[in-house]
Amino acid sequence: MFEMIVTIWQDAIALLPGGIQPFAEIITKIIAIMIPLILSVAYLTFAERKIIGYMQVRIGPNRVGPRGLFQPFADVFKLVFKEIIIPSNSNKFLFIGAPLITFAPAMAAWAVIPFDEGMILSNIDAGLLYVLAVTSIGVYGVIIAGWASNSKYAFLGALRSSAQIVSYEIAMGFALVGVLIAAGSLNMHDIVIAQQGSVANWFFLPLFPLFMVYFISGVAETNRAPFDVAEGESEIVAGFHVEYSGMAFAVFFLAEYANMILIAGLTVVMFLGGWYSPLAGLGVVSETLFAIPYIGWMFDSGFHWLVFKMAFFLLLFLWFRATFPRYRYDQIMRLGWKVFIPITIVWLLVVGVAVLAEIPPWFDKGGAA
Amino acid sequence: MKFLGKYLNSLLLIELLKGLRVTGHYFWGKKFTVFYPEEKTPQSHRFRGLHALRRYPNGEERCIACKLCEAVCPALAITIDSAQREDGTRRTTRYDIDLTKCIYCGFCEEACPVDAIVETRVFEYHGEERGDLLMTKEKLLAHGAQYKKELANDRSKDAPYR
Amino acid sequence: MFELTGQQIVFYAFSFMLIASALMVITVRNPVRAALFLVLAFFSAAAIWLLLEAEFLAITLVLVYVGAVMVLFLFVVMMLDINTAPLQEGFTRYLPLGLAVAVIIVFELSLVLGPENFGLDKIAAPIAHAADYSNTKAIGLILYTDYVYPFEIASVILLVAIIAAIALTFRRRKGTKSQKPEEQVAVRREDRVRIVKMKAEKR
Repeated sequence: MFEMIVTIWQDAIALLPGGIQPFAEIITKIIAIMIPLILSVAYLTFAERKIIGYMQVRIGPNRVGPRGLFQPFADVFKLVFKEIIIPSNSNKFLFIGAPLITFAPAMAAWAVIPFDEGMILSNIDAGLLYVLAVTSIGVYGVIIAGWASNSKYAFLGALRSSAQIVSYEIAMGFALVGVLIAAGSLNMHDIVIAQQGSVANWFFLPLFPLFMVYFISGVAETNRAPFDVAEGESEIVAGFHVEYSGMAFAVFFLAEYANMILIAGLTVVMFLGGWYSPLAGLGVVSETLFAIPYIGWMFDSGFHWLVFKMAFFLLLFLWFRATFPRYRYDQIMRLGWKVFIPITIVWLLVVGVAVLAEIPPWFDKGGAA
Repeated sequence: MKFLGKYLNSLLLIELLKGLRVTGHYFWGKKFTVFYPEEKTPQSHRFRGLHALRRYPNGEERCIACKLCEAVCPALAITIDSAQREDGTRRTTRYDIDLTKCIYCGFCEEACPVDAIVETRVFEYHGEERGDLLMTKEKLLAHGAQYKKELANDRSKDAPYR
Repeated sequence: MFELTGQQIVFYAFSFMLIASALMVITVRNPVRAALFLVLAFFSAAAIWLLLEAEFLAITLVLVYVGAVMVLFLFVVMMLDINTAPLQEGFTRYLPLGLAVAVIIVFELSLVLGPENFGLDKIAAPIAHAADYSNTKAIGLILYTDYVYPFEIASVILLVAIIAAIALTFRRRKGTKSQKPEEQVAVRREDRVRIVKMKAEKR
């Protein structure tokens, strides 16, 4: 099925005039990533409302379509047809631009995420750095939105958010340094390849503290509960996007959820062996499982395992939101600077020693590591 | 030793995991959502909803324009004008309740010496135009006529407690 | 006539953007907008570095300057309430001095960057590398072999600066009552409540 689509696509590209062939190829690849991504964002909002509803002994949206399945589309239509109100004395250009600045990096970072062996839009050498650089731009959307809105609440939200994001980016960056020491490469594809083997080869075991720090910083970075002081609806109305309505608000919303998916994807790629199956590398057990006709491929490594693992982390995002009360602002700063950064620095030393000592099964591959 | 235990407790996020277990448990639990337009939760006979002005069984309106409700109303939602009728009794010429101001506290009902202004159990009403939620005397009397039976029933149910 | 290749078009587009935004930084009145134009200038510079096949440096420029430094910059600038009128008071008085400094700087720059030092015939075009060439690796190799001492000294200076900044701002006032979250969280009921059993009193 999948191979058939690929051959049809390649034939279609070959029909085009030579000059625009590579261009058309990249555009189709981008569309093939963007559309499922935006759809999954839509259904992530639905899943959030359903799952949090279930955890609060409610059943969540259930009116639009069977079991409420078309709810995201209803939400989209509602937001598209609403008026975008631009506050007086606000900077119109920046006000409209801010949601786009938040949204673009959340999409752009997907260029270097490997989905399967060889399935990556742009296999660049500095992939990890690219992800860090691109995601750090997202904070500008928040700051500009807060400033351009000409509103005190929006401004307070922007200040909180930028301080928080800058603080947690350091812990996040250090956690990624651990990954690149372990993998010996900045290339995302190579990082996953370095985790080949069984579950024991995945990086979350030797880098467990970094893995925890990375994911929790990711939650803070996306301004999700319990780190959502930037929105803090009970304190500063809705933070940086109080003044936004209609489609401009929807783009902020989209960016937040796209960032959640991105963080989940990065966590899986860097710590949980990307597309590798947890059932692989178990000797006889995995061989018999993979040999089962028709459903054997389900147990083998592939794109679907990446999706399953990402879904688990997205569930964690929602679960956290349903469980934890919001952190106070000074506690967030304390956690970021006084707990996470020391943990990561200490563990970087440990990883460095482990790599030099070539401790199996992670660092004994020789060569790069 | 106790210090170490506390330290591990916070480092391994034990308390947070406990919290996650609670919400995770409720995820599988029974849900209590009421499917509102199809299902409704039971209502007390003291429920305070849309206002109505009642009449005596002989058709005479109860309100004697004493303005106690106007005085007691904490939201200043009631406006009353009164005049003498041909038979010499004092009656209201204007009895307005602004439902956008009303807080449904029920003080008007309690203050009324003749049980004229009452609150029905109707809560599903809406206005489509400006002014639809400004209840005039005619509208209030119409409500009284419309929910006459229910109102009488609720009063009799509450009578033993008064 | 000269023909523009695709690369040259991109180069001139980004150079124009870089110079234009750099001009805007110093001419625009509003400090926040100036800071945002500076961000745009960094971006254009990063794009030009990408054209020079220095993708590691380009991405690091975006990561460090755009992602961290300028955020803090904006953070401060946004909270300033600058009244521009008094700042312009001495404009004509200081104009001669300012012009003199500007002329000296332009003269010095022209000595260094003049046509006798720069030009396509003076500096050879960079060698195009193969697709598997990693300049991240190249920069790492050169940084930790040839330039290891300058690199380490620079990092030590930065570390000293960090510690100095903390030491200068760090103060512990006596008598302040601050919360200790870890103690608050660790409290159990037994620590605070003592249940006393008493006989019921006779009436």
